[in-house]
Amino acid sequence: MTDLKRTSLFDMHVELGAKMVPFAGYEMPVQYPMGVMQEHNFTRQHAGLFDVSHMGQVILRPQEGGTVADVALALESLVPVDILGLKDGRQRYALFTNDDGGILDDLMVANRGDHLFLVVNAACKDQDIAHMRAKIGGQCVIEVITDRALVALQGPAAEAALASIVPAAADMRFMDVAVMASDFGPLWISRSGYTGEDGYEISVAEDQARALCAALLERDDVAPIGLGARDSLRLEAGLCLYGSDLDQTTSPVEASLNWAMQKARRTGGAREGGFPGASRILSELAAGAARQRVGLLPEGRAPMRAGTKLFDAAEGGAEVGEITSGAFGPSIGRPMSMAYVQTASAALGTELWGEVRGKRLPVTVADMPFRPSTYKR
Amino acid sequence: MKYTEEHEWLRVEGDLVVVGITEHASEQLGDIVFVELPEEGTTVAKDDEIVVIESVKAASDILAPLDGEIVEVNSALDDNPALVNDDPVGDGWFFKLKVTDLSAMDDMMDEAAYKDFIG
Repeated sequence: MTDLKRTSLFDMHVELGAKMVPFAGYEMPVQYPMGVMQEHNFTRQHAGLFDVSHMGQVILRPQEGGTVADVALALESLVPVDILGLKDGRQRYALFTNDDGGILDDLMVANRGDHLFLVVNAACKDQDIAHMRAKIGGQCVIEVITDRALVALQGPAAEAALASIVPAAADMRFMDVAVMASDFGPLWISRSGYTGEDGYEISVAEDQARALCAALLERDDVAPIGLGARDSLRLEAGLCLYGSDLDQTTSPVEASLNWAMQKARRTGGAREGGFPGASRILSELAAGAARQRVGLLPEGRAPMRAGTKLFDAAEGGAEVGEITSGAFGPSIGRPMSMAYVQTASAALGTELWGEVRGKRLPVTVADMPFRPSTYKR
Repeated sequence: MKYTEEHEWLRVEGDLVVVGITEHASEQLGDIVFVELPEEGTTVAKDDEIVVIESVKAASDILAPLDGEIVEVNSALDDNPALVNDDPVGDGWFFKLKVTDLSAMDDMMDEAAYKDFIG
């Protein structure tokens, strides 16, 4: 593991007894002594604390004499998303697309008044930063944040836990962002996350991160949670994992992310097109795509994992798709999967068969999230 | 009790051998969410893949430790696969094997040898 990077919370993970694994170039905690299943349940019942410092934090500022609107318009040239319409203090999900209409990465964009704040995936951050420098580096100032940790606090107890440190955090709504002074220096807070739970993501100076986590973990209703439970939590919430459920070959329409592309950027909108791959993406928005990301509920208890081929009959028939994520869902008490299937097989309730160890087992196309999300809207 | 390098334990019960996985193996696998057992009456050869264990992490195969016939499987695992984590050498057993040649067990590790094996 010599080439792996460590977050500023590495020592804390080791002291908490975490099992560390390589992930996106970092040594990260996959689980703590509690174990994946209990960590999952603890997050749903109380609050889980996740180290997500491996993710990229980037600020886009206006150039001398410019405004945040100039920055928003520059970023809009890379994403099929309405950034200009994003209000001060609000955050939105976005996608970097390529010229073929595929997805380069998914990210969060926040408007913090006089600049934009982006959080991008760990495995893509170098590529994303190079992409922004090359394409919009002349239109805004790109500042990569390297001295701040990022933690997520997720679950029904998250509000009370964070409010014990910064009371005003309780007043935030889902996808609000704010900078708040605290005993741990300024916290950059968003009310969002990757579990389907109410909760927060908190950027904190690296030299204060350990103390902030200690203050949260002192509470009985907060426990450290690893990447293992993070994956089953996000899958129950129907949220995509870049590299598994999204990649450079999947378009946003195939990925069933139409909701992330607002009217202003669509055909007939105020700022129609003007992002990489617009011709394909706009035509798919109008006419649909040949395949679609769907949720699947396997019958029985056997999880159907990534790579499982899907067929439209128990024997013979045609191959109609492939699973991209699959796991047992502790909160729903059964296995669940995400898959890409041909659009003809994508309707809710369609029965398909997944081939597991040479046997075809029935699955049903199901609505996502598999477990209703509890965001505080 | 005898042990294999595949982290199975074998316990002789009359003319049958009960087979499961060790506590060490169940800890390594993590929370077990599904166990696929063979059908009763199946004839198996040593090293056949006869059980699939799905944990929260991945799927793993369990091999037949000896030649023989599967005479009983632990169907309680269908509804409660976590028994393998909770009581791996007791209620979390997998199957009972009618073994062709019991003397083949003589070469297997005893508890002390298995403890050395896992370090």
